[in-house]
Amino acid sequence: MSHDHKPGFFTRWFCSTNHKDIGTLYIIFALCAGIIGGLFSVMMRAELHEPGVQYLVAADEAAGVKGGLLGAAERMAQDALTMDSSAKVDARGLPTDNGQRDGQLWNVLITAHGLIMVFFVVMPALIGGFGNWFVPLMIGAPDMAFPRLNNISFWLMIPAFALLVCSALVGVGAGTGWTIYPPLSSRLGQDGMSVDMAIFALHLAGISSILGAANFITTIFNMRAPGMTLHRMPLFAWAMLVTAFLLLLSVPVLGGAITMLLTDRNFGTAFFDPAGGGDPILFQHLFWFFGHPEVYIMILPAFGIISHIVSTFSRKPIFGYLGMAYAMVAIGVVGFVVWAHHMYTTGLSVNTRAYFTAATLIIAVPTGVKIFSWIATMWGGSLRFTTPMLWAIGFIFLFTLGGVTGVVLANGGMDLALHDTYYVVAHFHYVLSLGAVFAIFAGWYYWIGKMSGRQYPEFWGKVHFFTTFIGVNLIFFPQHFLGLQGMPRRYIDYPDAYAYWNQISSIGAYIAFASSLLFVLIAIYTLKWGKKVEANYWGDGATTLEWTVASPPPFHTFNTQPVIKGDGQH
Amino acid sequence: MSASTAAQNQRTLLILLLIAGAMLGLAFASVPLYRLFCQVTGYGGTPQIALNATAPGTSTALPPFRIQFNADTSMDLPWEFSPEQREISLKAGEEVLFAYHARNLSSQPVVGTAVFNVTPPQAGAYFMKTQCFCFEKQRLEAGQSMDFPVLFYIDPAIAGDPDAADIREITLSYTFYPADKVPLEQTGQ
Repeated sequence: MSHDHKPGFFTRWFCSTNHKDIGTLYIIFALCAGIIGGLFSVMMRAELHEPGVQYLVAADEAAGVKGGLLGAAERMAQDALTMDSSAKVDARGLPTDNGQRDGQLWNVLITAHGLIMVFFVVMPALIGGFGNWFVPLMIGAPDMAFPRLNNISFWLMIPAFALLVCSALVGVGAGTGWTIYPPLSSRLGQDGMSVDMAIFALHLAGISSILGAANFITTIFNMRAPGMTLHRMPLFAWAMLVTAFLLLLSVPVLGGAITMLLTDRNFGTAFFDPAGGGDPILFQHLFWFFGHPEVYIMILPAFGIISHIVSTFSRKPIFGYLGMAYAMVAIGVVGFVVWAHHMYTTGLSVNTRAYFTAATLIIAVPTGVKIFSWIATMWGGSLRFTTPMLWAIGFIFLFTLGGVTGVVLANGGMDLALHDTYYVVAHFHYVLSLGAVFAIFAGWYYWIGKMSGRQYPEFWGKVHFFTTFIGVNLIFFPQHFLGLQGMPRRYIDYPDAYAYWNQISSIGAYIAFASSLLFVLIAIYTLKWGKKVEANYWGDGATTLEWTVASPPPFHTFNTQPVIKGDGQH
Repeated sequence: MSASTAAQNQRTLLILLLIAGAMLGLAFASVPLYRLFCQVTGYGGTPQIALNATAPGTSTALPPFRIQFNADTSMDLPWEFSPEQREISLKAGEEVLFAYHARNLSSQPVVGTAVFNVTPPQAGAYFMKTQCFCFEKQRLEAGQSMDFPVLFYIDPAIAGDPDAADIREITLSYTFYPADKVPLEQTGQ
């Protein structure tokens, strides 16, 4: 391996232009952000464990009560260690229904959880991480088309994340929800610098995404190995291509909307302020014109990963390859014309709602094509239930469940009743937390041997899967019931009637978080002590090009591009 | 990577960044487009501004409408603002002159501007305003009172719209704001 020259530590990791190293950086970044975002969700579930406000209370120096995130965390840790939550409220001199609950702190938590999970966990892991690692490998390209641009994309994420975290440290934090609707997010709703900083965080993350998307499209269009036509390209590369187009078309709209919000807040414009002839509903239109494609941006790469895993462990090529590819294209295209199904309660006319209901329901068709094709791939295959396959099957099962509740919510009439209830929370966590995140874990277990050259411990991988599966279902399945009973989302407290399922949901959150910590241990163990593996450790089923190079791949791959013959490669 | 691939890559990148730039432009263009769309279609309950229109005359084909009036003021505007009557009865096609009272409670002259809307939203396309105080900014001296007129009629075509034909009650609502934020189309005065 005389050609496998690696630069020194600083140059290699900080000035990296190598797609594999940048992919690794993205994955590490997403993991760290994921722990933080996950911690926030556990804090939210701990607060909702019982009715009343236990932890997220405002500082009260006279009573010796610490406020803020740290005070809340301290109280939670205390209760967790003593395993006793019965006396906590009175012992601190705070009646359950006191006037000192810190609702803004709660809002900051839900906002941070949402923004972190969307922009700093799922997107960096699936697109920046696995995308960077495997798109060039799968299409037989030596690297991305613009390696330096790739470096910029990654390093924009760090200040973006720093800005978002710091927005919680100046003033009262950004408590706007991830949807940043005005007037809650305008000067009227939240003064101070926090929201401005959160907006800048989204600006940076958005620029990073657009540059990354342009890079992926150029790479896939221009740098495929000879003989690899678009119709012979692996489905993960197809998924990334469609995702990149969605990013390119939708993120600038978010950029425009939050820029207008920024000038409304600071420079006296009135884009969303009725006093100056603006309309806050326009922000919702712009946001969801971005926001709906965004949810497909998070799930399409997951579709790609699942296709590879299902095919590998069924030892069969994927069923209906072209249908699978064009189903993703269809989802991407139709995904741009359904945005107002997030806005059924804003006074849309009946005809408009009828259109958005119908258009939304149509998306279930290409999605169904994908689900059935995965099942058909498994049908009659020689199945191996390895850890990545378990995650993939878990994905298919739970994503379908989330899809079914999605079809329910797509109906304008139904949504009027369920809008902003926990039913919606349960729905999008089934497709994202149990969908996209399952796919991230599936991809990690599938490719970690390839990326690191060391294999994960199979037994512990399965323990991780089953504990997560039980944990997340305990969290989110009861939330369907809560939503149908009318429990609204985004509140720090709830009436006693909702106590039962909330408690179960919270217990699920503790299990799921413990399981995430187990994953960190598994990851460390794998990298340190995992068994070394050869190039294609999954055997016959793994047919794409990344399995033709060593594990881990040499620093430079495909300097001479492979030539693809026949249709057997995907 | 060969030189020709590199050149091709740069061309692709340029096109893609232009597309992203166009989408950004479209986001900003959506502001006037959205306003125009609402004005033209009456979407979201935007009443029609029909400056040169004349009412077609009372139509007896429809039972009369109950028109209710609502008045709000922004917290930042020290004005008293109310309709002269809570509601009136009006036949389709009949033009009516209605007045709102306003009084400046402060000791300084204040300029205000009103935004307007009707509910139910489907009625917007048939609510024709031929004259309205809300088309311009209004200035009240310290302590001054004034009647603000609005001249409007209901377009009898409402009977032919399946979404709006059974509407019998329409609420016209105004909210007065201080006019320090100048909307684009009201730069007169």
